[in-house]
Amino acid sequence: MYNILLGGAAGDGIETMSALLEKILKQSGCHLFTIRDFMSRVRGGHNFTQIRFGNIPLAAHRDALDGLFAIDETTYKEHCHQLSSDGFILCDDSLIIDDDRVIRLPLKEAAKKIGNPKVISSVAIGSLLKLFDFSLTPAADIFKTNLRADLVAVNLSALEKGYSLVKPRFNFDPVQTSDQILLSGNTAIGLGALASGLKFYSAYPMSPSTTLLDFFYVHGNKMNVAVEQAEDEIAAINMAIGASYAGAPAMTGTSGGGFSLMVEALGFTGIAEIPLVVVDVQRPGPATGFPTRTEQSDLNFVISASQGEFPRMVIALRDHADCFYQTARSFALAKKYQMPVILLSDQYLADSTTTLPILNTNDIVTYSPEPDALPEKECYRRYALTASGISPLRIPGKTEALVRVDSDEHDEFGQITESASLRNQMVEKRMHKLDLLKDELIEPEFYGYKHCQSLLLGFGSTSGAIKEAVDILNADVKNYGALLFGDIYPLPMNQLKYYAAQVVEIINVEQNATGQLAALIRQEALICCNNSILKYDGRQLSVDDILSGIKNMKGGF
Amino acid sequence: MNKTAFTNSETAWCPGCGNYSILETLTGVLNEMETPPSQIVLVGGIGQAAKTNQYISANGFSGLHGRALPAAVAIKIVNDDLTVIVNTGDGDSYGEGGNHFIHNIRRNVDITHFVHDNQIYGLTKGQPSPTSDPCDLDHITDACNMSASFNPLLIAIATGATFVARAFSGDQEHLAKIMHAAINHKGYALVDILQPCVSFNKKNTFAYYKQRVKPLDDSYDPANKLAAMEKAMEFGDTIPIGILYQQQLPTYKEKRSELFDTMPLIDKKVRLEDVQALIKSYI
Repeated sequence: MYNILLGGAAGDGIETMSALLEKILKQSGCHLFTIRDFMSRVRGGHNFTQIRFGNIPLAAHRDALDGLFAIDETTYKEHCHQLSSDGFILCDDSLIIDDDRVIRLPLKEAAKKIGNPKVISSVAIGSLLKLFDFSLTPAADIFKTNLRADLVAVNLSALEKGYSLVKPRFNFDPVQTSDQILLSGNTAIGLGALASGLKFYSAYPMSPSTTLLDFFYVHGNKMNVAVEQAEDEIAAINMAIGASYAGAPAMTGTSGGGFSLMVEALGFTGIAEIPLVVVDVQRPGPATGFPTRTEQSDLNFVISASQGEFPRMVIALRDHADCFYQTARSFALAKKYQMPVILLSDQYLADSTTTLPILNTNDIVTYSPEPDALPEKECYRRYALTASGISPLRIPGKTEALVRVDSDEHDEFGQITESASLRNQMVEKRMHKLDLLKDELIEPEFYGYKHCQSLLLGFGSTSGAIKEAVDILNADVKNYGALLFGDIYPLPMNQLKYYAAQVVEIINVEQNATGQLAALIRQEALICCNNSILKYDGRQLSVDDILSGIKNMKGGF
Repeated sequence: MNKTAFTNSETAWCPGCGNYSILETLTGVLNEMETPPSQIVLVGGIGQAAKTNQYISANGFSGLHGRALPAAVAIKIVNDDLTVIVNTGDGDSYGEGGNHFIHNIRRNVDITHFVHDNQIYGLTKGQPSPTSDPCDLDHITDACNMSASFNPLLIAIATGATFVARAFSGDQEHLAKIMHAAINHKGYALVDILQPCVSFNKKNTFAYYKQRVKPLDDSYDPANKLAAMEKAMEFGDTIPIGILYQQQLPTYKEKRSELFDTMPLIDKKVRLEDVQALIKSYI
């Protein structure tokens, strides 16, 4: 297993180079997990991608590096402390880096001689592949299928030149990866929404949710999805609500700042009982915060956002497979319970790419209501008081029934009411849906040693790192387990109560400053965590952060 | 068409409110159309005017204050078979919903927007609205604008609206004619309907409007944009009513021929095989 970092200024082409290199590594028989760390600017600064590759599936990044490809000296200065003693720094021979591990190559000169200075990254890819002793064939294939036709030849020359400049240093046992896909978290959310029949997506561009809007722009027409860039997030969610009322599975996506603007309309979906999926791709707040970085600090906010009381569900996405399958499930739940479902992702998951088994549209959760025999036309009551609290849903224009929805408190027909008894009935009807929902919550995934004494708790995108940390800890002393929450509100509590009764200590591991998961668990389950590992610097908790957190807690392990 | 398909019911409006004649006129117009109630969606925001859809037997969407337009355009985008008509007030449309007003004009989705403009906030009891008259600094009343008055028609024309009209609740025959034309217009149609607020607007009364409104004469050319902008600025001793500006430009749907055809978007089948093929493109 290896870990390399490619760094440079914004505009240096690191992202393009990384995307090509990832595809080549996958084609060469590697599993991958790549994180993207970039600044909120178009040119300059310091951006990097960190590509971890191995012959087993990977679910998180690590801090220690085997190699650095440095476009500039800043990359070296920022990351040399992560580089292992036998690691390398690959760079152009014009860079001034005083380190025994440096491999200086005439990259710029080679590119210039080939006739296009921009092919420097292909020279570097050639050298990197040789260092790990990969063949050139997969790279040539990827270049041919991914580059503009007139640029293939010059890049292939660059690739071969780079390959000839170094000798192999590492070796790698490839595995079969042709049954794997390589994609980002936001792409997986987009695919999950398409698989569940999305017809309308509206959003206002906001990092790190924007790539979801971009995805739908690219694929919307072919997939029969109307995609609208709204004038603001208030419009974005109200559009999605309108589309859903008219019978279109609808979604809107944003980050915390945009979600703040959507809050009133979230309550509207609650009282009007309109199915809606809202994606909050979290970034550090408050206000503008860190636009391009990561955090899990919107949990408290999304579970309580909007005035009044209404049922909602919140699902934290743990990995790229969750991004697909749970997004699809959220559409089914929103439709079944006629309420908002909020998906919590974050920049780490949104922008990271990984290899995973081919997602299958046949494996998604769907919901098709039982056909009911309610009278149509005048007798249709959009908010009919039923035992379940769920009223039959009709689509305006598709029957002779008139479908009336209202943000005011209303009677069964959707007409405004000020009646105290109707108010009670409607509140109870809506809240009863949560009781039904509780029966189909998915318990958190347990990972680790069944008879553990120490239990780690996490939710969402930190799951991969927590699992890997548990494996490492248990290799030493078989003592650790973890509960990893996907469904998080309402909070599933069976597994939690079972393990809490068994263990000696509970440690919440969260990407926020206040321990929001621990607070939710205290509130809902009356269970207190004994210790916490919290990180809120905008950089994702790594396996290493968790290990050192536990070590510092215990004074060594 | 059954002439009583659209009926109206008891309202929460003040006796003498201009909304009554708008409701009556709209119900009449709907009954004259071929479209049945199940194919009409009446959308409102919040406010006294926005309650209009509560009183007409058609599909109804009573949304949030200021947010009627985003919902309305989305309803039309996903199901083009529906006739979508928004009824809201001046505060809802131009105040709370100002941003949506501007940008939905630009979208030119084929919906109709009736603004019941009484130049005041009625439901909250008498605060100035964006369209309230400017204050006379020697005689400041409760409901005048210390800020400049908002001219919705001028802004609509400037922003690229394809149908811009003004009407008066007190001239129902004229109002009905304008409503028909607006509903039949392909694209976003704005009708600013002047109406008295009997409880709170003591200046812009029924008599005030009655004396001033003057239908555009037959020689007026609604295709002349500059003339229309000049006309939109007339609001004093004479207030012109009628279609100030109309132009046929591609609608939201017409500009997106790859996505829209004769079948409404909601009726299009989900092709899971296409989604699966897209997933496999990431191999």
